[in-house]
Amino acid sequence: MTDTAKTGPRLREAARTLATWDAAIIAVTAGFLIVASVSVEHFGTARNAGYIVLDLAPILLLALTMTLIVTTGEIDLSVASTVGLTGAAMGAMWNGGMALEAIMPLAVLLGAALGAVNGLFVTGFGLPSLAVTIGTLALYRGLAYVVLGDTAVADWPRPFTGWTLGRIGESAVPNVLVPLVLLAVICGVLLHATPVGRSIYAAGANPVAASYAGIAVGRLKFWLYVASGAMAGLVGVLWTLRYSSARADNAAGLELTVIAVVLLGGVSIFGGKGALPGVLAAVVLLVSVQNALRLAHVSTEALTVVTGSLLIVAVLAPNALVALRTALRRRRPTANGRTA
Amino acid sequence: MNRRRLTLLTAPILALVLASCSGTTQGEDQGGGPGGDASADPNAEFETGLTYAMLPKSVNNPYFEASSAGAEAAANTLGGEFEYTGPSDASASSQVSYIDTLSQQATDVLLLSANDPNALCSSLEQARAGGTVVVTFDSDVDPGCRDLFVSQVDSDEVGLTLLEMAAEQIDATGEIAILSATANATNQNAWIDVMEAELASNPSYADMKLVDVVYGDDEDEKSFSETQGLLQAHPDLKAIISPTTVGIAAAARYLSGTEFKGQVALTGLGTPNQMREFVQDGTVTEFALWDPTALGELAAYTGAAAASGIITGAEGEVFTAGELGEFTVGADAVVTLGPPTRFNAENIDDFDF
Repeated sequence: MTDTAKTGPRLREAARTLATWDAAIIAVTAGFLIVASVSVEHFGTARNAGYIVLDLAPILLLALTMTLIVTTGEIDLSVASTVGLTGAAMGAMWNGGMALEAIMPLAVLLGAALGAVNGLFVTGFGLPSLAVTIGTLALYRGLAYVVLGDTAVADWPRPFTGWTLGRIGESAVPNVLVPLVLLAVICGVLLHATPVGRSIYAAGANPVAASYAGIAVGRLKFWLYVASGAMAGLVGVLWTLRYSSARADNAAGLELTVIAVVLLGGVSIFGGKGALPGVLAAVVLLVSVQNALRLAHVSTEALTVVTGSLLIVAVLAPNALVALRTALRRRRPTANGRTA
Repeated sequence: MNRRRLTLLTAPILALVLASCSGTTQGEDQGGGPGGDASADPNAEFETGLTYAMLPKSVNNPYFEASSAGAEAAANTLGGEFEYTGPSDASASSQVSYIDTLSQQATDVLLLSANDPNALCSSLEQARAGGTVVVTFDSDVDPGCRDLFVSQVDSDEVGLTLLEMAAEQIDATGEIAILSATANATNQNAWIDVMEAELASNPSYADMKLVDVVYGDDEDEKSFSETQGLLQAHPDLKAIISPTTVGIAAAARYLSGTEFKGQVALTGLGTPNQMREFVQDGTVTEFALWDPTALGELAAYTGAAAASGIITGAEGEVFTAGELGEFTVGADAVVTLGPPTRFNAENIDDFDF
């Protein structure tokens, strides 16, 4: 962690705030899992854990690349529409008689291309990512309807749909956990242990300073959008096979959940701050809270209210934390100006 | 560097080409069908103490609230426990989570109105493997994925009634449009097919022309703005048929506030409580629906009969659904409630749902 030291006290301060937020959200998640296992019937079973993994898979995968993008200070609102469009394209190719083994990588490539369009508009033309990806959110969803219309493609082969729901051998570990862990580790290492990751933080904290420091901010962001698109393509494949239904409205509205967990995980919407472990914990927390409330026969209305409140807390708490620290520092200035 | 990039690019493309030569394509794999190897005992008693769960397309929909009231009454009569639960949005993926939860809780009878005919199948399979009897009502899934389906009416009868009501109100002349639920809604699409076929084949509808089908997704606001869009896009529109309770209410609200009130006929499927004010103010002349309370009640009795071994889902089996009377299981394990009821200014005050 010698590199963080070089970037000065501001970043270190941020890192410290975050470390606590990260730890807090992980602690809250762990605490919730323990309490729920004890107090909610059927919650702490291997079977239920499997359901939770299946439910969180699409959110978690999209949140991985979303974390990288939000940390650079940008956003990608088009991810759920990309899931829908790649799913719809899968359906069209399947109807066209293509082999599923070819369709799946093509869907991921299509996702990458759709992400590249976002990247091009944001970095090439310098447009605000919020505006660009709101546009492609509508555009990609619209194209999904153009591709597949009002129909659903549902005759996916059993071995493939079965894999998405299945478990590894005799164990209770769901198959989808394998790509989940793999991709989470890749993104985690990329963000926290490589020069690329340091560039991502630098670009988010201060893009001007970052480019003076020799970081190709535009190119970096472009490739992050490509990665986000490819990830959405992969989720499109998983979603279609899990529900064995390719429809133009697949995953509609999921982008909000993804952004919510990224913020709940402690990533700053203004960029430059954030860490992946917190985001992973936030995904687990959100999905298992919903699962536990359903198991506890809590009504849907209450469930929505609880989820909403959780997210408001997520946005308020880190800011409140920073404000608290500032106040404390003003009260107890030490000799060298640092907080205790 | 360039050559390396080229290799990097061509390798996956080559792999793709190879994969498409030897891969899995459409039509290779299909299986399943309704089970039913157990034998029925028509003289068995209804079991008491069963747990019933009703899972609607979405909660906070008056139609399903009414079904739930009927099912709950039946469950109470049969000495069982009843729960009404479901997602707040009408999407297939959110229903899956609820099915998983219910099958973990080992619910005896699941009464389901499906948002997608296929997406729920693997979850339903697991639930059935755990001993849950799956009865769909209102909107079916693939017959291989459930035990029985309780149909509100014959698809043909709904489509024909809707068309007949519209024709009566516009003297069977002019442009008509349909405001439906979601684009994948199983039963709405079946009725639309019936209406399209009848328009094409029945000479008494020769002067009526279906100009548009739009989807309000069973959301009030979307249905409202789709109605607005229809009237803008088709200035000569004479009638709107909305085969969904959410759609017809939103369309009636729009019409009642514009100059189209009384000019453009609106009919479809609605609940009397939702539509009463629009019938009274002259926006709507006549609409139809079956009694959703009776539908829910029949679904619960059907589930109880299957869970008690009185029926297995084989064609021709007979069971008694309390005060609703005797019902016979039809082909594909379908039980049908009866013909739709028409509501107009004269009879609407006799109904409260």
